[in-house]
Amino acid sequence: MSSNDKAIAVAGVGMHPWGKWGKPFVEYGVHAARAALSDAGVAWSDVDFVVGGETVRNGYAGYVAGSTFASALGWNGARIATSYAACATGAQALDTARARILAGLSEVALVVGADTTPKGFLAPNAGERWTDPDWLRFKLLGMTNPAYFALYARRRMDLYGATSEDFAKVKVKNARHGLENPYARFRKEATVADVLASPIVSDPLHLLDICATSDGAAAVVLTSVDYARKHGLGGAGGPVRVEAVSTVTPTFPNTVIDMPLLATDHAAAGAPERTFKESIAHAAYEEAGISPEDVDVAEVYDLSTALELDWIEDLGLCKRGEAEVLLRAGDTTLGGRIPVNPSGGLACFGEAVPAQALAQVCELTWQLRGQATGRQVEGAKVGITANQGLFGHGSSVLLAR
Amino acid sequence: MTTSTPVIAGWFTTGDDPRLLASRCTTCGTLVFPPPPADAASFCRNPVCDGDDHEPAELSRTGRVWSYTDAQYQPPAPYVPATDPFEPFALAAVELPEGLVILGQVADGYGVGDLSVGAEVELVVEALHTDESGDRTIWRWKPVIELGEETEQ
Repeated sequence: MSSNDKAIAVAGVGMHPWGKWGKPFVEYGVHAARAALSDAGVAWSDVDFVVGGETVRNGYAGYVAGSTFASALGWNGARIATSYAACATGAQALDTARARILAGLSEVALVVGADTTPKGFLAPNAGERWTDPDWLRFKLLGMTNPAYFALYARRRMDLYGATSEDFAKVKVKNARHGLENPYARFRKEATVADVLASPIVSDPLHLLDICATSDGAAAVVLTSVDYARKHGLGGAGGPVRVEAVSTVTPTFPNTVIDMPLLATDHAAAGAPERTFKESIAHAAYEEAGISPEDVDVAEVYDLSTALELDWIEDLGLCKRGEAEVLLRAGDTTLGGRIPVNPSGGLACFGEAVPAQALAQVCELTWQLRGQATGRQVEGAKVGITANQGLFGHGSSVLLAR
Repeated sequence: MTTSTPVIAGWFTTGDDPRLLASRCTTCGTLVFPPPPADAASFCRNPVCDGDDHEPAELSRTGRVWSYTDAQYQPPAPYVPATDPFEPFALAAVELPEGLVILGQVADGYGVGDLSVGAEVELVVEALHTDESGDRTIWRWKPVIELGEETEQ
């Protein structure tokens, strides 16, 4: 794949394994940052820009994650920034680093996301918050995150004939993919019967259809393509390149109900050309000059099993309503035509919000370098990530080598 | 007689023919639900409209199910369960003829088995929970049973 002139180099990637230890998020973040610097062969003192992915559940240190990580690594005088875009935080942080590199304002950027998460349903902030939709959806409707995922899942069933067995097969596939991934939290096979025997949380989704919340951290070292070449970074075949980062917002009218909102926009003149989720990937493809047919591997946000099927269509990897056909044919399994979530996805990781979009980039970097031991997509040259943060945050990163 | 008060003011009307209350841009007619507070500055959500004046607008009482689900486990606070122990309830996203999809709980006594994508539902007002002032009410979606189905039952 030839590079576009707005590409930057992934010099190194690193992660802390996902789990549930309740340790300070900074520990995880520093572990991932050091792993990424070591992978890049770059000294911390050479990093001149740090972007932290904010965590909203860990007090002030989490709100100023960029400086928290920079301080924990030892002040080196680097510029810093902190990004927050809910689940899309990692993509926004990456985009911030890319902008400074492409502007020539920074040479080596370190992007870090880490989280420590509580157990159970993610609940809203405390207090009486009558103008906060994230509070109102619980107060007025008891509308949890899994309930939103279930709305999308039910639509697939009633419109496209998806079944609970199809959703379970996504879990079975991802559980198998993640078996050999040293960073995955859940490394255990699951059967269709296991999924169907687990309790229903929000009809039609079972407990095993829905991802957990986890602790974890991921980090990426970025440089210009020239800098990487000059310093021999990124391995013998040249570095993996970030070809596009899409952080688009919806375009009015947004006609698919988005968590945590209670209603869609008013579409007086009918639905727009693309849904919000379709527009996220479209913007990435446009920016990179790459088309869905060029994609060899995808890491998508399987908050629920059914949502993975939605993303496959939103990424243009098949037509609307046909993701189950790909799934049933084994096309999205390792060894298939277009493997999806070779890392094991959120099914094997659980979600660590500010780290997750970066973890997707780490996985695709290993895939494109041929280093994804036990889960390698053979000959992968182009990979795409997809994710969406609540309150209108798109997230899609196109990587190529 | 118990008092019943909407759990949130200005979002829906009560009585025999209850309606959701949107705000309507007086320039382009774009509707927004939930409506911003009456005293809040409100710039039109339609990006090509520079309107900044809005008025309350009643929405259609009936619509079609966009999708539906239920809550089998008690949601976290600030949700207040109506019963102890918690009883599961259904939820529906409903597409109104005006061109908005609006979430709501499903009326008491109905579950996911009574719903399908595209089915007709109508707005009702029911008690969400009870507090020191009496019943606190909320809008809900109630399946409209087609005449043929009703006679079969």
